[in-house]
Amino acid sequence: MSGAVSGKGAAVEVRAVEKRFGNVGIIRDLNLSVAEGERHAIIGPNGAGKSTTFNLISGHIAPTSGEVKLNGDVISGLRPFEINRRGLSRSFQVTNVFARMTVWENVRCAVLWATGHRYAFWKNVDSLPEVRERTARILDDIHLTHRRDVPAGLLTYAEQRELEIGITIASGATVVMLDEPTAGMSHAETDRAVSLIRRLTEGKTLVIVEHDMSVVFGLADRISVLVYGHIIASGTPEEIRRDPKVKEAYLGEEAH
Amino acid sequence: MTTAATSTAKVAADAAGGSLRFYGVWLIGIVVLIVLPMIFSSGGSLTSFSLIGIAIVFALSYNILLGQTGLLSFGHAVHYGLGGFAACHMMNAVVSHGWPIPLPFIPLFGGLGGLMFAMIIGWVMTKRAGTVFAMISLGIGELVASSSLILRSVFGGESGITTDRTALPKLLGWSFGPQLQVYYLIAFWLVLSAIAMYALTRTPLGRICNAVRDNPERVQFIGYDPHVVRYIAFCFAGFFAGIAGGLAAINFEIANSAYLGAIQSGLVLFSTFIGGTAFFFGPILGAILVTYLQLGLTNLTTAWQLYFGIIFIGIVMYAPGGIAGLLMMHRPLIRAGTLWTVIPSYLVAIVPTVALACGVILAIETVARFSGGDAINLFGIAFNPTSPVTWIAAAVLVVGGFVVARLTWRRIAEAWDRAGTVARDRGYLA
Ligand SMILES: Nc1ncnc2c1ncn2[C@@H]1O[C@H](COP(=O)(O)OP(=O)(O)OP(=O)(O)O)[C@@H](O)[C@H]1O
Ligand SMILES: [Mg+2]
Repeated sequence: MSGAVSGKGAAVEVRAVEKRFGNVGIIRDLNLSVAEGERHAIIGPNGAGKSTTFNLISGHIAPTSGEVKLNGDVISGLRPFEINRRGLSRSFQVTNVFARMTVWENVRCAVLWATGHRYAFWKNVDSLPEVRERTARILDDIHLTHRRDVPAGLLTYAEQRELEIGITIASGATVVMLDEPTAGMSHAETDRAVSLIRRLTEGKTLVIVEHDMSVVFGLADRISVLVYGHIIASGTPEEIRRDPKVKEAYLGEEAH
Repeated sequence: MTTAATSTAKVAADAAGGSLRFYGVWLIGIVVLIVLPMIFSSGGSLTSFSLIGIAIVFALSYNILLGQTGLLSFGHAVHYGLGGFAACHMMNAVVSHGWPIPLPFIPLFGGLGGLMFAMIIGWVMTKRAGTVFAMISLGIGELVASSSLILRSVFGGESGITTDRTALPKLLGWSFGPQLQVYYLIAFWLVLSAIAMYALTRTPLGRICNAVRDNPERVQFIGYDPHVVRYIAFCFAGFFAGIAGGLAAINFEIANSAYLGAIQSGLVLFSTFIGGTAFFFGPILGAILVTYLQLGLTNLTTAWQLYFGIIFIGIVMYAPGGIAGLLMMHRPLIRAGTLWTVIPSYLVAIVPTVALACGVILAIETVARFSGGDAINLFGIAFNPTSPVTWIAAAVLVVGGFVVARLTWRRIAEAWDRAGTVARDRGYLA
């Protein structure tokens, strides 16, 4: 798996990014490089700045300084929808769906821009075959076909998490970022979600934040460890497991 | 993959069955509009129907903002009014230049008037949703309404701009002098606009409007700029409001500052909300009810605005989904076959609730007419507003009605719980 990494350019590159909220520096000199086709996990204690890193890369917030590149182009400073149109899609740690719309509508909305229908007000949304097929396939993938007509707000927690993934991958983005996709799930649900993620991100670049170490070490080609807004180590699962700084700062904490 | 294929087939089958029902509803609506004036042909009914038609177009246009895109506007009448003025000026220009444009095309110019203003003002207005948008819409509404009194050449000052709809070129021999012909013109534009606005909800843009309503933040992460979505929705709403204003200009043969003002903006908000914003037909029900109430109540009582207020508060507190929401709430029960279990509790509740309403009416009218001394006529019974007997009757009805009504409302809730549980078990309710 990890052999695929070499020889390809960086899909996501974060260079010397700082982020301050007021006087508090939350992200300090952040450097991160995710190769094309790589599955990259970001781990770190609560409040380390993992979600903030996601927000910085996806354009949700702008860095105070430094730059972010997607496939070699600078994207820091762009709006989230501009970054999304360039092929980067992210999910949210706290479920962030369209609550009053049905599961079907949720996924379909996420398909519309990528299929080129944009702001069209002269087309019937129900008679767009490629949109319908893609939506149906994604619902099938996330096992929610039987819930297609239920408003997203009425789904169970685990179902909402799966819908969150479905919306994120619906556009067919080449870079997918998932923020704690399995948080709050039971063991069985986590297993299912992980195999889902593995399958849906086949051939794509994946950046994932995850607290469950068995998931991280089972899924990731490379891992970055974020502590207090700074990446203290980045490498293969084997390298990370052996790294003394990581042991001290993070994995040691897990052990006791 | 197979599941995807079968679900696609199911969608197609559903669509076929649904489309029959769908076109049926629209056809019935059109037939009703055609035969209505044949059944109720008095001048008064024709006037009412015409006003209702205009109010429906206006309320549907408002719901593009409120129900579909989640934008609460306090100044929607601006587009209605400017549409009215545009239509009046256009009619006068047609007459003075002798252009070959017959009256039925005039509402289109009203629409363009509403659209033009929306395009100019909308980009700044729709930058933010929520309170910011609401406040700006209020400000713009006041600004335009007050300018209309200052810019006399365009708006005609206090007296407004008058016009003569019969002076335009005839179409198929129709002069549009008689109210019946005006009614059919309004009905025609009502059908056209309603179909267009319904179709809009079924387009990619329409669905993304819903997404922006539900979660403007997430929309940005599926490739859409919520600002652009809101702007386009705002322009459509302005266009259809302008059509409604153009129809009003034709109907009244005048446009004046009252078209643009806060009262008109409030009325459309009121109609749309009472009807229910979550369903396309909600504003239609609201516009019908509110127009009838307005026409009926203004004749009966000077305190009619107070009743509007009470109804509005009641809906906001007890039925935020409006009338459409109340009706559609029963759909899962009908499907599950448990509707009959809640009906008896409704019937029981009617009596004390009506008593309570009578008490409230009596109390309001007593206060309203106390100094004038006019008798209150409630269901054929005359009450003297200065007599203590009336006060006691009002107090007994309000207090007694409320106490008993609350018990019966509780029974409705219990019946609903039971019916809902069954419906949920049978899979008709999520
Ligand atoms: N908009 C903001 N304004 C101020 N402080 C913020 C803001 N967003 C995040 N923070 C702070 O930045 C720090 C990092 O938060 P972040 O959500 O990125 O952590 P995280 O690594 O994702 O943690 P968790 O594992 O709990 O999800 C926290 O201390 C948080 O309070
Ligand atoms: Mg987080």
